[in-house]
Amino acid sequence: MSEDGSAQHPEEGSHDELYESLRAYEGRTAATAKPGKDPVNEPMIRHWCEAMGHPVPPDGTAPATMLQVWTMAGLGAAHMTDQPYGPYGAYGASGDGQAGGGRGSGYVALLEALDDAGYTSVVATDCEQEYARPLRPGDTVTFDSVIESVSPRKTTKLGTGYFVTTRMDLRTGGEPVGSHRFRILKYRPAHAHTRSTTGENAATTGENVATTGGGSTGNATTGNGTTGIATTGDATTESATTGPGSAGKGGGAREPRRPRPVVNRDNAGFWEGVSAHKLLVQRCDDCGTPRFPWLPGCNACGSADWSAFEAAGRGTVYSYVVMHHPAFPAFDPPYAVALVELEEGVRIVSNITGVACEKVRIGMPVELEFLRVDDELELPVFRGAGAA
Amino acid sequence: MTATARTAPVEGDELPPLEIQVTRTLIVAGALATRDFQDVHHDGDAARGKGSPDIFMNILTTNGLVGRYVTAWAGPHARLRKVAIRLGAPNYPGDTMTLTGRVTAVRGPDAGEPDRGVPGGTEGGAVEIAVRGANSLGNHVTGTVLLTLPEPQEGAES
Repeated sequence: MSEDGSAQHPEEGSHDELYESLRAYEGRTAATAKPGKDPVNEPMIRHWCEAMGHPVPPDGTAPATMLQVWTMAGLGAAHMTDQPYGPYGAYGASGDGQAGGGRGSGYVALLEALDDAGYTSVVATDCEQEYARPLRPGDTVTFDSVIESVSPRKTTKLGTGYFVTTRMDLRTGGEPVGSHRFRILKYRPAHAHTRSTTGENAATTGENVATTGGGSTGNATTGNGTTGIATTGDATTESATTGPGSAGKGGGAREPRRPRPVVNRDNAGFWEGVSAHKLLVQRCDDCGTPRFPWLPGCNACGSADWSAFEAAGRGTVYSYVVMHHPAFPAFDPPYAVALVELEEGVRIVSNITGVACEKVRIGMPVELEFLRVDDELELPVFRGAGAA
Repeated sequence: MTATARTAPVEGDELPPLEIQVTRTLIVAGALATRDFQDVHHDGDAARGKGSPDIFMNILTTNGLVGRYVTAWAGPHARLRKVAIRLGAPNYPGDTMTLTGRVTAVRGPDAGEPDRGVPGGTEGGAVEIAVRGANSLGNHVTGTVLLTLPEPQEGAES
């Protein structure tokens, strides 16, 4: 997913400072008694009905599902900011010189903060409207808008980002006519499409937003991220989708490749071992406790002194999951992702080879082997007992 | 089962499916009619630059099509009370979306659910419908519609 050069995640880690700052926007008003650009009118109703193939209501009212149209900023607002002309860009907060705006406030400021952090794309995921009474030509709509919530960072098939929910209440002459709750995902694209890949990649991005509600799609159970090895097929996790060496390399954009591992000072020794077909485990020089994945300090005593030793390569399946859905590029479900407990006492997340995924069982003996994924990537995997 | 709401709908009634050809024209016209000028709904290159294989339908058009679908079944005098949708697989040009629906609840007149203290009109029963719009990639939209039927039931001519 990352070969097209998706950006790094500077805020990587359990503490998400960006999220903390985004949460400050929750409850903030994005618009107060903001007037719609146009009163409800017959031409806009008719144009909308033509586009939708919707009959014009015989009583001359506006179709109910047209509700939000009366609050939209329109194209003119595009000249004021770079985000304001969609339903995401909240006319109400766009600071376009009308009441209730103020560019530094509310929704636009929130979106700008996300843009600045690299979450530049947007997609709408949910729309919930309630209608108190039909709108008629001549009605003048005003609306209040509030930022209801900002989600923690979520990783979806589209990319990693934050869900932002706003609620808008519409009135005419002070009387409620409807409400509108709207949820968007502001995200960092997982990859950009080129013309040459348009057709074949359509399906791989197809369900994107369908997975957004679940965020990390349940793969947390695989322990992904604890090893730094992108073997689980969870191409949507942050740890698997970023990393030096992943950006712009390979040139084989047509063929999806497995995510590249993140190699850094703390784990470089591990990957050097892999390239030499050795599975290296750390051991604390002070207390002797083995540890994996690679870390700069000892979990048991805190010592920063350590040595590496080669694991014998024998272990058992401590736990496992069989991935059926969602399908990630470069992975061919179903396949087994296992937490293997090595004889040396540490555990590693990897794939099980040589055994049909439905035959994998807890306690199954496994043995290390190295899988050549492509010309740049080799991974330690585990062959199930009894396999030829 | 029941093809229209001419007769009083009951729980479990299926709405007749509606196939919608997702043309480039529909996507662009829908985006502009809903005053949504996000480039991903009309500019293919911009859409690709943002990680999408092509332009795709905006949520407000989907919302309008869901409204059209249930209105065609319930008749033009039915009144929509609530439409709540969630998007899944995008509607790209060239695809076909098939809308289906099923009545999940029916309440008699004066059951009093939808108004929430807001002045409404006189009306008959309230009907809740689960709607789904599927394309070649999966479910584009799933959602729930709550509407009230006119009292007496008339004019469900479509």
